[in-house]
Amino acid sequence: MSEVARYTRRMVLGTGLAMAATVALGAGLGGVAFAADTVKLGVSIPAATHGFTGGIVWWANQAKAELEKAHPNLKITVKTASGAPEQANQLQDLVTVTKIDSLVIFPFESAALTQPVLQAKKKNVYVTVVDRGLTDPSAQDAYIAGDNTAFGRIPAEYIAKKYNGKANIVALRGIPTTLDNERWEAFTGVLKQYPDIKILDGKYANWNRDDAFKVTQDFLTRFKDIDVVWAADDDMAFGVLKAIEQAKRTDIKEVFGGAGSKTMVKTILDGSNPLIHADVSYSPKFIYDAIKMTAEARLKGDKLPATYIIPSSLITKENAKEFYFPDSPY
Amino acid sequence: MPSGPTSAPTPATEAGAVSARKAGRRFDPHRFGPVVGLVLLLIVGTALNPDFATWDNMMNVLTRTAFIGIISIGMCFVIISGGIDLSVGSMAALIAGGMILLMNALAGSVGSPVVVVALGMLFALLLGGGFGLAHGYLITRGRIEPFIVTLGTLGIFRAVLTWLADGGAITLDNDLSDAYGPVYYGSLLGIPVPVWVFLAVSVAGAVLLNRTAFGRYVQAIGSNEQVARFAAVDVDRVKLLTYGLLGVCVGIATVLYVPRLGSASPTTGLLWELEAIAAVIVGGTSFKGGEGRIAGTVIGAVLLSVISNILNLTSIISVYLNAAVQGCVIIAVAFLQRRRP
Repeated sequence: MSEVARYTRRMVLGTGLAMAATVALGAGLGGVAFAADTVKLGVSIPAATHGFTGGIVWWANQAKAELEKAHPNLKITVKTASGAPEQANQLQDLVTVTKIDSLVIFPFESAALTQPVLQAKKKNVYVTVVDRGLTDPSAQDAYIAGDNTAFGRIPAEYIAKKYNGKANIVALRGIPTTLDNERWEAFTGVLKQYPDIKILDGKYANWNRDDAFKVTQDFLTRFKDIDVVWAADDDMAFGVLKAIEQAKRTDIKEVFGGAGSKTMVKTILDGSNPLIHADVSYSPKFIYDAIKMTAEARLKGDKLPATYIIPSSLITKENAKEFYFPDSPY
Repeated sequence: MPSGPTSAPTPATEAGAVSARKAGRRFDPHRFGPVVGLVLLLIVGTALNPDFATWDNMMNVLTRTAFIGIISIGMCFVIISGGIDLSVGSMAALIAGGMILLMNALAGSVGSPVVVVALGMLFALLLGGGFGLAHGYLITRGRIEPFIVTLGTLGIFRAVLTWLADGGAITLDNDLSDAYGPVYYGSLLGIPVPVWVFLAVSVAGAVLLNRTAFGRYVQAIGSNEQVARFAAVDVDRVKLLTYGLLGVCVGIATVLYVPRLGSASPTTGLLWELEAIAAVIVGGTSFKGGEGRIAGTVIGAVLLSVISNILNLTSIISVYLNAAVQGCVIIAVAFLQRRRP
């Protein structure tokens, strides 16, 4: 008797679950085609391990707070991962447990995450990829990124113009990656047109203050006449400035960082360091823009343009105010 | 079981063997492997770029070696005792972050920046010693392998710093930075302060290892822990102290590091543990424990920073291959100082 009862109960429960799943699936499919009643947006980003990723995490949470307040039918789940395998696992959880219908992902590595993202997309999740493109573009619905070419081009054009096509430059590079190569090629590409501008050397300092300090010390020992140091990152610029200060060198006229960190923008705004005059923006805020654009488009049932490059701009004393976010950790 | 007469000559033979080995070691060319390696590197460096041999460059290199060098001295004791500490880089980062936060907080209530900095330095040394003793305690009383304990704290220390820094950087207030600056940038008789500290720690380490009972116990434990225990050495206490000592060394290194950039970030001290361990081993200390040299460790640490200095001063090798050059030199020097079978 009790066996039968239990069996019946299980049948009822099972049928109920199946029906619920069908309804949910229907709603999910509906969400793809029409304006959705509710949007469940998953955000998958790297954990805060250095200044820039710290900024990414902060801006992602900022977007969650603002957007959820503005749209009660929007639910954003932010997950941070400290490596590609962990990110792939989180992606599975977001799809199967949290049941997201839209995804904004900043992939750790392009190749390793292409398959996991493709699996999510096959389950009708709308995918926006940020910063690092996937190896198979069909796995993404939209691609939003900062402009790495401009990151190298803008300082090069600025230096060429300001120093009338004549300067000795030493450069720091980040970590050997395609991203770093893009910036470096854009930088050297512009300066090739100016025969009197010499790039004395470029060495890797790993986007790290301490390494930048050491590399700059050695550059200063090696080259007696330097006009500009392209530090290529605001964190590295910090180490560069300390090394120049220690060596008491007066030949260097300018240090150009990159990314537009809070402290650097403030320095430009206040004019508090005679070696710092300008910077190029490459703000972690693009994750905020990506989340906002995706959420708003999904709520309306719109699609995003396939590729959207967030422009980098030159930051000078005149416009620095627009790039200053005192609350952001970066 | 050997009878009385056969066992009688044994002590004499053993003593003879020991003295022979000692005499042999005194003239062992392998012992000078790291020195030979360093001298060769200095010659190569000077030939490639005459600026290499300038006083300023030498001081630059020695000053930046000071952090790793001081940590290596402490690491030398731990490795000789048969242990290991993988957490030193993360520990340095957390101490740096902690002392900056403390100093910034004190700056409001304590008037004199010098007093604030002195309190910060004291805090760094205590924190380092405390972390080290905690390692020692977990290893000796908790009976957990040092590799595991310090691998665990490697993650813990760095994660706590990242959390304190909110993923960004913890920066020392400007006034304090000015008061603290001379500890890194100042010099005495033309030699930068960190180099003096490095020298003092090295001499103290050498005396402690070679001229005190503690040093002998450390070596005894490393060569055979059981025998040391039977010889009534308080093995647990000695081990505990070696980790505490290393913690204090990390504290000293951090005290010198913080005024350089006046900030701590999640990349602070990244991979210092490997550099420190490499300096110790390249300097001729046995990875299995039991035997080691402070002078060799100092030379090992200097050698490692000279390699990257030379690479920065030249551009004959593609920057992509820098790490490969470093690897080749490390292996070559280790080969020069290899032990006879």
